[in-house]
Amino acid sequence: MHELAICQALIDQVETVASNNRATRVSGVTLDVGPLSGVVPELLLNAFPVAAAGSVAEGAILTIEAAPVRVWCKSCETESDAKINRLVCASCGDWRTELRSGDELMLRSVVLEDATSTPHAGQPEEKQRV
Amino acid sequence: MCDTCGCNVTLANRELAEGKQATQVLGNLLQVNDDQALHNRVHFNGHGVLSVNLMSSPGAGKTALLEATAELLGNELRIGVIEGDLETENDAERIRACGVPVVQICTGTACHLDAHMVHDALHQIDLDGLDVLFVENVGNLVCPASFDLGQHRNVALLSTPEGDDKPAKYPVMFRSADLVLLTKRDLAPYMPEFDAAKAVSYVRQLGNVAPILELSAKSGEGLEGWASWLKRGVADLRENLAVPTAEGA
Repeated sequence: MHELAICQALIDQVETVASNNRATRVSGVTLDVGPLSGVVPELLLNAFPVAAAGSVAEGAILTIEAAPVRVWCKSCETESDAKINRLVCASCGDWRTELRSGDELMLRSVVLEDATSTPHAGQPEEKQRV
Repeated sequence: MCDTCGCNVTLANRELAEGKQATQVLGNLLQVNDDQALHNRVHFNGHGVLSVNLMSSPGAGKTALLEATAELLGNELRIGVIEGDLETENDAERIRACGVPVVQICTGTACHLDAHMVHDALHQIDLDGLDVLFVENVGNLVCPASFDLGQHRNVALLSTPEGDDKPAKYPVMFRSADLVLLTKRDLAPYMPEFDAAKAVSYVRQLGNVAPILELSAKSGEGLEGWASWLKRGVADLRENLAVPTAEGA
């Protein structure tokens, strides 16, 4: 349901990358999306053309790379695959695990056309929590 | 490999050869929301106010919990509320009737609150007079979990009539919770099929160590645990803020 809002945020970022590189058009966008991000790839794919209409990314191809769900077990110190609603260690069964992969919601790359400067991606990711 | 016949153009470099340029970004897709959320959090920190994001399905008892909290803690903690609903001021009116400052956000059709909506609402509430600001998110177990609002704590409510397996069905929401409240426990005698131990086990299977409390806003059962969790949260926040850090936060 919130995928359109996320696509609009995506288009804003793509517009910034394109404008930083003086590109007139974006023909491809690649995302990394994990199942624990709360975002459904199929719905993103449906929402993308709507959000992209009238932007530099109109007509661009959206590619979504699904990130695997992987957990790190604090007690037996092994990494294993897990299910989205069962993030327990596959090796010893302990639930005190740490998510290593699976909650990604990341813009990996964009394909720019007619760019006139060296690639510049914008701000690095930053997050702070007290 | 030569430039004559084009055999130097491979699948991997075709876009570059055609004058296109792949630019690596590696940016969080919700960066703009998260920047605003950080701004909100700094604002809360500046006033020493603990911000708590309440999330659940519609009708799990978020507003009733806030009413009971105002009654129980009215003399000890000064609370304020930002209410999120698609439509109506109904919840805001209930909270206002408890003498608590409240701002209602009507999202129209949006299924969640985002950091910008909360920021706009913050302009209508005086944080100086508060200890805890509750954000009552739109009733929805899916979308709100994806948006940081600048809160210090996420609280997820699971009401007895909903069934004990909701954490297994909505893992993103319950994984994000810093506290899980099993609500409407006054209904437990009528709904023995709700197994609290199972609900706890489903939360643990998400790798979540959060405390899980059982309570009833109607009967008052279990509210003291919730009250002490809130008071400890305010004390911990103020203690952390008093300690200078590298970021000066």
